[in-house]
Amino acid sequence: MSNASPDRDGGARERLQRWLPKLVLSPSCVLVLFFVYGFIAWTSYISFSDSGMMPDYTWVGLHQWSRLWTSWTWGIALHNIWVFGLLYIVSCIVLGLLLAILLDQRIRAEGVLRTIYLYPMALSFIVTGTAWQWFLNPGLGLEKTMHDLGWQSFSFNWLIDSDMAIYTVIIAAVWQATGFVMAMFLAGLRGIDGEMIKAAQIDGAPVWKIYVRIIIPQLRPIFLSAVVVLAHLAIKSFDLIVAMTGGGPGNATAVPATFMYSYAFSRNEMGIAAASAVFMLAVIAALIIPYLYSELRESRS
Amino acid sequence: MSVAPPTVRRGIATRALLYAILLVFAVIYLMPLYVMLTTSFKTLEEIHQGNMLALPVDWTLAPWREAWGSACIGLECNGVHGYFFNSIKIVVPAVLISGLLGAFNGYVLTKWKFRGHKIVFGLILFSCFIPFQIILLPMARVLGILHLANSTWGLVLVHIVYGIGFTTLFFRNFYASFPDELVRAAQLDGAGFFVIFFRILLPASIPIIVVTIIWQFTNVWNDFLFGVSFASGDSAPITVALNNLVNSSTGVKAYNVNMAAAMVAAVPTLIVYILAGKYFLRGLMSGSVKG
Repeated sequence: MSNASPDRDGGARERLQRWLPKLVLSPSCVLVLFFVYGFIAWTSYISFSDSGMMPDYTWVGLHQWSRLWTSWTWGIALHNIWVFGLLYIVSCIVLGLLLAILLDQRIRAEGVLRTIYLYPMALSFIVTGTAWQWFLNPGLGLEKTMHDLGWQSFSFNWLIDSDMAIYTVIIAAVWQATGFVMAMFLAGLRGIDGEMIKAAQIDGAPVWKIYVRIIIPQLRPIFLSAVVVLAHLAIKSFDLIVAMTGGGPGNATAVPATFMYSYAFSRNEMGIAAASAVFMLAVIAALIIPYLYSELRESRS
Repeated sequence: MSVAPPTVRRGIATRALLYAILLVFAVIYLMPLYVMLTTSFKTLEEIHQGNMLALPVDWTLAPWREAWGSACIGLECNGVHGYFFNSIKIVVPAVLISGLLGAFNGYVLTKWKFRGHKIVFGLILFSCFIPFQIILLPMARVLGILHLANSTWGLVLVHIVYGIGFTTLFFRNFYASFPDELVRAAQLDGAGFFVIFFRILLPASIPIIVVTIIWQFTNVWNDFLFGVSFASGDSAPITVALNNLVNSSTGVKAYNVNMAAAMVAAVPTLIVYILAGKYFLRGLMSGSVKG
């Protein structure tokens, strides 16, 4: 559009100028094509091959995929990512929205509070995991603190309880991401059209009703963004689980990301690992592509 | 911004309750950091006997000294300082190069549009969102072939490649709102591609440069998956070293040393966040709300 048409009989210099933009863009394109799309193609092929410790390009059809789907650990991983994803997304959104609405009441120390709610987002998941592992340590952490304070019957050993360990990871993950969701909602609240709110206020509608009927429905795009971002973070969750539970006790907190890693690098089952990675990509792509498509279309108009 | 939110202003009691709830949340959010910090200044006896929430009775720097210089990670007992410098060696080139590439890409994709520029942008953008598990296996092989396995340079390459998506997104969105007229006027004056970029766009790009640097710095510094997959041993970044230190099962758990090491890993990004929180948030937001 802004590309001024060069002189028709331009020399080598002009021709270079015309090609320069594409030339400058090309290293990134080559890198992305090779390291992203080439690698996706390679991994996809491997998921249909006989690869174990080394790549073996013999086509075996759905063999690796059926091994994946009959794997007991993969079943646990899928179950965990469902529980994790659902609770994580719902908790982050409920808490984030609540905090945003509360902070939007002309709070005096808003800046300080916002900084406090958001800082966990700057930490590495490994740091978060280390901190929460210690905080929830059954022998010395929260449990002992409560006993010291006089609540003798308080018991919290979820970290080492196979049925409950996944919930400790959810708590830490929610702690880390709520501030971010709050910031998104806060930005949305500040951008809301005030006319309807004013009208409702003049009618004497109670505050909670204004929120439920007028404000929250207007935040719909933010809900969508938050769900996409959080779902994406949840499926990629690897660091936090490794740092907090190491996927254990046993396999109790395995998720697809840890499953893939262990089959790829410890068990030397490249084929299954590739199949699980392709599955993860497919789920994310089903989520992200429509979202990106609609976002990019909107920005065009 | 223009319209005040419907506020609950009736009654001091409601306001007090509001502040109380917000404060309780603030305490909950600060608690893990507080516990991490205080634990790192306690002796092991105090940890075993005292209360997690109590301030240290005998403040000691020994856990920090041990975490930095003599804690055992794997077979070596040199603390985390070497890994801390590994992370710096990875972060600096990775951030600079991916940032520069992103700036050029954003410039071309907005001011030198060509047929198919949207598809190119879409393809680059999608790379931000892939689960990196999909590239772990081939990347491990390629790094092996390039003799970059288990080296910080290998990780630099990895972080550049998978950072381009976000840096391009940042600069593209920023330059999209930069007036085309200025670029056209400069072209009429005979300014070329690079002159326009370095003389006109770049000086106006300070805010987005800050956002990009902070975003990339935080992402690369906090990375664990690439580090643990491609650089075990001496060239591992700080996050991998921290995890090895904390989750190795040998010997008595030195919680105070673990917490000091966790703080060492956390301090750089925390400082950036405290100094430039506004830009940090902007990066987060543009990573989630496009266009």
